[in-house]
Amino acid sequence: MLSATIREDFPILSQRMNGKPLTYLDSAATSQKPQRVIDALVRYYREYNANVHRGIYKIAEQATQAYEASRVKVAAFINAPRPEELIFTRSTTEAINLVAYAWGRANVRAGDEIILTEMEHHSNLVPWQLLAAERQARLRFVPFDEQGMLQLHEFDRLLTDRTRLVALTHQSNVLGTINPIREIAAKAHAAGAKVLVDGAQSAPHMSVDVQALGADFFAFSAHKMCGPTGAGALWARYDILDAMPPFQGGGEMIMLVHLDKTTYKDPPYKFEAGTPNIADCIVWGEAVDYLKAIGMQAIRDHEQRLTVYAMRRLGEIPGLRLFGPESPMRRGGALSFELDVAHPHDVAQVLDQDGIAVRAGHHCAQPLHRALGVSATTRASLYLYNTEADIDTLVAGLYTVRNLFSPKTATAPKP
Amino acid sequence: MALDDLYRELILDHYSHPRNRGEIPEPDIKVEGANPLCGDELSIYVKLTGTTISDVRFVGRGCSISQASASMMTEQIKGKTLEEARALSGRFKAMMHGEAVPEDELGDLMALQGVRKFPVRVKCATLSWVAVEQGMEEFEAGKGKVAAKATTERE
Repeated sequence: MLSATIREDFPILSQRMNGKPLTYLDSAATSQKPQRVIDALVRYYREYNANVHRGIYKIAEQATQAYEASRVKVAAFINAPRPEELIFTRSTTEAINLVAYAWGRANVRAGDEIILTEMEHHSNLVPWQLLAAERQARLRFVPFDEQGMLQLHEFDRLLTDRTRLVALTHQSNVLGTINPIREIAAKAHAAGAKVLVDGAQSAPHMSVDVQALGADFFAFSAHKMCGPTGAGALWARYDILDAMPPFQGGGEMIMLVHLDKTTYKDPPYKFEAGTPNIADCIVWGEAVDYLKAIGMQAIRDHEQRLTVYAMRRLGEIPGLRLFGPESPMRRGGALSFELDVAHPHDVAQVLDQDGIAVRAGHHCAQPLHRALGVSATTRASLYLYNTEADIDTLVAGLYTVRNLFSPKTATAPKP
Repeated sequence: MALDDLYRELILDHYSHPRNRGEIPEPDIKVEGANPLCGDELSIYVKLTGTTISDVRFVGRGCSISQASASMMTEQIKGKTLEEARALSGRFKAMMHGEAVPEDELGDLMALQGVRKFPVRVKCATLSWVAVEQGMEEFEAGKGKVAAKATTERE
């Protein structure tokens, strides 16, 4: 386990909610920020706020250097071969939309197919629906089994010479499932298809190597990995980016502009039109430094141990049904469940009174919930600052829920 | 904010023992109501004798507030005329949106006033009323049997 002193790095965790200490179990939605990330944000605005890539005065150069230094750090974080392959975006969602718009429109034609899975977040589904409708292409879906694992024999069946792209999540935001990207990518490439990996839920929690994964595109964001909101990134192989048309047009992305024609810069700038989110992109680099100092393997180990503990404790609660893989090797720390006596919104409401922050609803994955046969779940999700004490608080809170909605069968947690 | 304000005993009782639950074959009004934000779903069936609600039933799934409120709604409007039901719905929604409404006009429905302290849950409480209002409105406009759809976004 990581030291409990890590909590002290996160000022928000010492706050009280509804008179109780905050038990934050919603890191799959957004992570909390360590003091050094908050300080870096203030430092930028106080000391060297200036637009990038243009100014010839000192602080403009300083901002440009910091912005590009962050690109190098974020690219290295996922072991990208070249920093120019990393495009800053607003979010994971925008990164996926960039691929759907720029690569998709140039490469997907009528009759082509895109393979997705039934466990995708809406952000890795709706952009492809838009593209498919525009191009008369077809979406195919890999189902998952009762353990929340992709049915790979179905993937083998769906993969054909019509497949242009396989787009899937690395780690499910609901089930916690870690998908076998390497195996899927190898098969997809053998069939001549490209592979897009939604890394929003994996990059914060494990060591990611885009080269080892065999991905062609990898999308992720800062705010789920201790960085600020509003900054995301798309990584793609340079040759693919070089051949892609631009996404948005405007300043920053041009070489020469005439009234009738324009030449574009090379990647990544070709895809970064307009003034970027300078502050948050710079500070993302600070979050990367913070996580690297702790070590991604240490974070993964910590969460895995905590997941084992949480699964055991949650399993003791009568009427609680946990979704996702049973094996902690195959999953991350997103724990979605159903409690027989109460609807997820009531569960979350009662937990809130004890200062426990969880999420209730469909977690932007309605088709996944339909496949599970439920309309909503309650999700507790873990990160490096969570402890066994947080799990104990959650379990006690869930007994409070049980006893409120089912007083006749009142029970208490095991000591 | 005390949780007791939200989960009053009467509400929990309606949630675990819903009144008038079920379908009515060949209803005069059938409405499907949904709260897209949280996924609460209800189907409400109304049988009329003249302009009086002689029977009203519901089925659905969702949080305790949405289901308990639907159960209470059916108890309150059964036996009322469409006009009386609409007036009651107006008073209930006004109460839920923070207006002062005489307690004796709402009776048991006052148990739901604590929901006002939890703004994101107000739509859970108003869903059944919004739905039945939509059904009544379409029935009166069309002068015939209706199968309507309503969402809390309409409110």
